[in-house]
Amino acid sequence: MIETTVQIKNKAGLHTRPAATIVKLASKYKCDFYLAKDGLNINGKSIIGVMTLAAEMGSEITLTFDGPDEKESSNEIVDFFNRGFDEP
Amino acid sequence: MKNFKHIYKEAENKVQGIAAAPGIVIGKVYLFTKEKLEVSHGAITDVEEAKLNLEEAIKQSKKELTKVFSIAREKMGEERAAIFEAQMMILDDPVLLETIEKRIENEKKLPEFIVYDEITKYQDIMKHSKESYIKERAHDIDDIKNRIIRNLQKKRWQSKITHDSIVVSDMLTPADTLLLSRSNVKGFVTDHGGLTSHAAIISRSLNIPAVVGTHNITKHVSEGDTIIVDGFHGYVLINPSDEQIKFFTEKSEHLVQLQKGLEEFKDKPAVTIDGRQIMLYANVDVSGEIDIVVSSGSNGIGLFRTEQILEEQSEFPTEDEQVRIYSNLSSRIYPNMLTIRAFDIGGDKFKLLDYSESNPFLGLRGIRLLLENLNLFKTQIRAVLRASQNRNVQFMLPMISIMAEIRKSKEIIEECKAELKKEKHHYDKHIKVGIMVETPAAAVMTKEFANEVDFLSVGTNDLIQYLMAVDRGNDLVSYLYQEFSPAVIRTLHHIVTEGNKTKKEISFCGEMAADTLAIPLLVGLGYKSLSMSPATIPYAKRIIRYLNYEHTKKLAEECLTCHTEIEITHLLEKFFKDHSITRTRQII
Repeated sequence: MIETTVQIKNKAGLHTRPAATIVKLASKYKCDFYLAKDGLNINGKSIIGVMTLAAEMGSEITLTFDGPDEKESSNEIVDFFNRGFDEP
Repeated sequence: MKNFKHIYKEAENKVQGIAAAPGIVIGKVYLFTKEKLEVSHGAITDVEEAKLNLEEAIKQSKKELTKVFSIAREKMGEERAAIFEAQMMILDDPVLLETIEKRIENEKKLPEFIVYDEITKYQDIMKHSKESYIKERAHDIDDIKNRIIRNLQKKRWQSKITHDSIVVSDMLTPADTLLLSRSNVKGFVTDHGGLTSHAAIISRSLNIPAVVGTHNITKHVSEGDTIIVDGFHGYVLINPSDEQIKFFTEKSEHLVQLQKGLEEFKDKPAVTIDGRQIMLYANVDVSGEIDIVVSSGSNGIGLFRTEQILEEQSEFPTEDEQVRIYSNLSSRIYPNMLTIRAFDIGGDKFKLLDYSESNPFLGLRGIRLLLENLNLFKTQIRAVLRASQNRNVQFMLPMISIMAEIRKSKEIIEECKAELKKEKHHYDKHIKVGIMVETPAAAVMTKEFANEVDFLSVGTNDLIQYLMAVDRGNDLVSYLYQEFSPAVIRTLHHIVTEGNKTKKEISFCGEMAADTLAIPLLVGLGYKSLSMSPATIPYAKRIIRYLNYEHTKKLAEECLTCHTEIEITHLLEKFFKDHSITRTRQII
């Protein structure tokens, strides 16, 4: 299992579009992927779940990856967070 | 021969609303009431059948949403269509679907109840969020929830719409309006909403007659009733008499002829008989209206109301998203000008930001809100600047009431320019910045404010409201919302006279310009550029080409001596009669 904490870097925060992209990325991999914030633990392959997460710029989310391809999955998803969702 | 006035005076079957899109139509009521969706808690015996029904409903919902998504992309652009994409992903959400299936197996209840219950759980989490944009999402999810349930109940409302249906609804969401507009709908009537509601905007862009804001039309009509919708006067007649049907059938046939005739004006300039050219610009709410703008023969976009982007996206668009929207518009109308108005949020227009104010119309709205939310403001300024490369974009500030607001905004614009220069972005260094004159304070200070900016635009909707101290949405006092009140006319005179001393460009962008009665007066007062809904431009052009500027000047002088609104409207009507100019609503 891989556990890591990431910070939201873009101005608009975790809005609908990055949420959709995260779910799409996670769905490519077999491993389980969870996002934890404010006492909620959300399955990262569930768009409706990720849409309940309020994450503004500067806030932190804990990501866990668990499964055979956890390394590849975490690399790609953590990178997407670190790039600030490719937004300003 | 009876006229509209007689007909409406005598009619006891009339409901009044706001004339949102011109045209006359007679048709059968299709009551579009999503609220009627009732979820049954019934038990089931056949789990497999229930799961199959669910699968089919999901499949059907996907099919519908794919259609909505593609229409949305085409009409509103990729960015604003994103919300529909997320809704489509929900239909593939493995966690949600698995939970629903398991619950059907375990609880043996109708899938519609399980779907309702399970999705509502997520909505409850969203509704309890501290962030207002997450709260808003709960509404977006309603659409997908109801869609699945509706399909489970095999209530496919689309099939009920026959070719002459008039959609009557309490209000319409963007998705509803877009889809319905594709189902050969003849007209729209709603309880709620104003000139900038989705039903109104889409109706105008598709030339579908609409009356909005009737308060309670849904209570007065039943499915299948015959109604007449008059999108010129804002009336609906329920189960009309033979006499009314005959009257309106003739009018609408006449209208078809007239519209054919209007097409010939498209490529002709709006010039008075004695050679004074009036520039006609389009007010644009959604980028989907651009086709009508191009085909209406306008001189450009006089007002792009950007707050509509927020309303449809239900979250703040990023700088890049805004650049794409603005650039798309500016290149579509190039070399004509595009005037982008900064987000006019607040008042009745937008409720995404959770400010609680006892008097929002006198509160944090327009420039006041932007200066309090510099991130939002700067993102928009940067986007407008980046979209200005073709040098056909100008930027306009709403709700200015003091000099400091202008100066502060100009400073911020300069800051943004410096940032962009550093980042090696291209932009129009000499982009024109103007203000809306829509508060009495700005009207009084016209000359001084004009000296600070490149252009002025008079917004009568708000100006009249603030000048007359009347809430146009309040039925108890809305009679005071008088476009032709001497106080309004004298103020408009003051603005144009004072503004002209500075040689700065003054345009007029209130809905008042769409009222053909006002046009000779506005021309006579000295307004040389008018901005209005694109669909009304050909009508205005026709009137202007019949006018003699010298005569309109005399008319304006006379109106300025009047003491009451009624005197002014009489003068205007007399002017039309004396010069044998027929107004569209009189011709039809």
